Amino acid sequence: MSTMHDLIVIGGGINGATTALFAARGGMDVIVIDRGPLCREASGVNAGTLTMQMTRVALIPYALRAHHMWATAREWLGHDVGVVVCDGLSLAFTEQEAELLTFRAGKRREAGAPIALITGQQALQIEPGLSGKALLAGHCRVDGYANAYLTGLAFRTALIHAGVTLMENNPAWDIRQTSSGFEVVTTQGLVKAKRVVIAGGVWIEDMMRWLGIDLPIKTLVNQLAVTERIPVAMRTVVGIANGLLSLKQYPHGTVVIGGGWQGSGSREGGACALLPERLVGNIRLACHAIPALKEARLARAWTGFEAETRDALPAVGPIPGIDNAYVIGSIHSGYTSGPYLAKLLAGQILGREPDLPLFPIDRLLKPEPLAQG
Amino acid sequence: MEPPRFDFDVLVLGGGPAGMVSAITASESGLKVGLIDEQAEAGGQIWRAPWAAPSQGYESPEVRDGNQMRAALAQSHVTCLFGRRIWSVTDRYRVDVLGADGVETCHAPHLIVALGAHERVIPFPGWTLPGVMGLAAATIMLKAHGLAPPKDWVLAGVGPLLAAVAAGYARNGHPPKAIIDLSGPSDWFAALPSLASRPVLLKQGLGWVLSIVSSRIPIYFRHAVRRAEGQDRISACVIGPVDTDGKSIDGSEFSIACDAMMVGNGLVPGGEVPRLLGAKQVYQHELGGWIPECDAFGRTSLEHLYAIGDGAGIRGGAVACSGGKLAGLAAAHDAGRLDAKTFAQQSAQALAEHHKLSAFSDAMAHMIRLRPAQVASIAADAVVCRCEDVTRQELVSAARAGARDVNQLKHFTRCGMGPCQGRMCGDVAAEILAQEHHLSRQAVGYWTARPPLRPISLQSMLGHFDYADIPIPKPAPL
Repeated sequence: MSTMHDLIVIGGGINGATTALFAARGGMDVIVIDRGPLCREASGVNAGTLTMQMTRVALIPYALRAHHMWATAREWLGHDVGVVVCDGLSLAFTEQEAELLTFRAGKRREAGAPIALITGQQALQIEPGLSGKALLAGHCRVDGYANAYLTGLAFRTALIHAGVTLMENNPAWDIRQTSSGFEVVTTQGLVKAKRVVIAGGVWIEDMMRWLGIDLPIKTLVNQLAVTERIPVAMRTVVGIANGLLSLKQYPHGTVVIGGGWQGSGSREGGACALLPERLVGNIRLACHAIPALKEARLARAWTGFEAETRDALPAVGPIPGIDNAYVIGSIHSGYTSGPYLAKLLAGQILGREPDLPLFPIDRLLKPEPLAQG
Repeated sequence: MEPPRFDFDVLVLGGGPAGMVSAITASESGLKVGLIDEQAEAGGQIWRAPWAAPSQGYESPEVRDGNQMRAALAQSHVTCLFGRRIWSVTDRYRVDVLGADGVETCHAPHLIVALGAHERVIPFPGWTLPGVMGLAAATIMLKAHGLAPPKDWVLAGVGPLLAAVAAGYARNGHPPKAIIDLSGPSDWFAALPSLASRPVLLKQGLGWVLSIVSSRIPIYFRHAVRRAEGQDRISACVIGPVDTDGKSIDGSEFSIACDAMMVGNGLVPGGEVPRLLGAKQVYQHELGGWIPECDAFGRTSLEHLYAIGDGAGIRGGAVACSGGKLAGLAAAHDAGRLDAKTFAQQSAQALAEHHKLSAFSDAMAHMIRLRPAQVASIAADAVVCRCEDVTRQELVSAARAGARDVNQLKHFTRCGMGPCQGRMCGDVAAEILAQEHHLSRQAVGYWTARPPLRPISLQSMLGHFDYADIPIPKPAPL
């Protein structure tokens, strides 16, 4: 284990894997380590939605570019990860939601997302599976979904092909700074590299502490559910104005129901549990939007972590005060935008000028401003 | 609207022998006990209640024992919640069920899980054809409904269930056309001494043999089904010889015309609930695979969670009863209703009984153990996961693409993602993966358990609601 790599990436999810892929293609000798197999946490168990209508306004320019990457994944990744590009609808069922939708769609449109407001009737023409109860809808042509569980297979193949060394099922325990770079203490021994990228999802808080940095990360426990295969019930991605529903039917017939309803558990605890009443709430919302789902049977429900910073914006950039150390994570709607932000980070590591600014973490390291008075 | 709620001191999941005995035992100490089962009556599989009285006046020992225990249950203070499908079990302990009147929740600080086993079929090309069914399903048809199979049917697989099904149908006047037994006469003789420890069962076993012999059913020992053939349904099966490990060996394959096949290769413990709750698991090959780690009383690694019966390791009905007794006593003791001395006295007898039974149950479990060599013989084009149509070849390719644990295998192939949630294919898929990487079964792990424990319709979960009543969380940040 005396090889000195150009770059070690800790965490083989979508962020770490994409950073590693582009760094390797840029000529670096890269190693990725993960405590489990690649993309088996958030990157493999999320709802796979590739939508602008749940993306934060500040991230829209990134998400649009990332959406294009997903749509052309076969070209740069080698696999398409089951990506389907289709229309997306964000619904408002009440006057209050219509107001929220009008405001939110407007802000996202200003940021570049091609969202048009349409009536409930127009929405019904685009998605005949709708219940017809919507008053107003946000309609976006740049939407779609991927098959999240295929992410690991796709990236694994691509990374190996790009010459990246993989150490799966190998947890990291510490990072030490040395005169020539970094030593990462792992279960399988010391791994040395000139540069390090911390990409450990909800666990980056612990990893940053190894470098003496305090970066608080909030852990969300998102609940998700999937139906058995059913006849075609919908052809678009459907959500609601407040972002708490995401629905899409995969080509093989299953419908994935998400929206970020919270289960119980913590990143330290490991085992997370679904809260049945919240699952029921999520499903009620789903059936309110697409009535044909009532006929479906629930096949499986699960939870996945999502990491969030204090301001719910990404932590992507160099680690202040430590040369050649970088972090990437907590990208809101990270599955959608992750590949583009990771590609930007890889560019920066390779010394290129980024097309769009990163999200440096300096802002998150200062103490939170005290409220007035 | 909130679903109806029931509160108990002890909840028992599964109304088979283990569940019934543990529920009755726990209730005898004065605890308020609820017993949940999906069927309309208690009995589980082995004591499954017949839908109608037996036509020929014959009452099998299982029916007799089952009726006796059902009578005891009726006289006890146990609250029976039957006809309810368990779909979620969460912490300390909440059980969500779906019954005829919709969803309900049951709560108790003590949870005894006695959910039995599911059957193991070692796949062969054509096993998903209509007309091919599992041995456990065949016993349900026989016990509950007295249904007659088509005229030309064959019986294949391994273990005592093979003999029981053959004898049962022969007695009803519908003997199989042939029996294809993975084991040989020497395996059966090897089990005889331990069988002798249970004279009642020995007598029953001899009765089966007599029924089979007098029906002149041809038996093909040390043979296995190579494939089932047919267009829209099975019309023939091709069988071939195997060695003592169950591995297919060269020799004359031949075809038997048939229009139905019942096939089973043992049982797999149904350990989903302890797994869902995060109880520690151990792999015990001879007990059927992954089971929750338990003490002699069925106590798992989680406080006040007990696992008994075949779901805690395949040991059969008699051990399920003694295990039920022990868990019922332990729950009563742990709940403070049985002092240490009484607990010790009463459990000593049950423990002795439990140990006495183990020679027999071990021998039977050994007969129906998974034979890795048989899995190695599965044809490349055989469908392993029938819900998602995943073949052995696809599993092997996924393993070569880097899948090293079963959850990764599931992601790569969709194997186990269907409505059965991997109950049918899980054991075999894990074995294929382990063999491909020369890893232990421990190393490739087990599929994460997920709710719902059985598929349920979204309609049935909804209940009556207005949109305004949905407790929608606060919006995500803009």
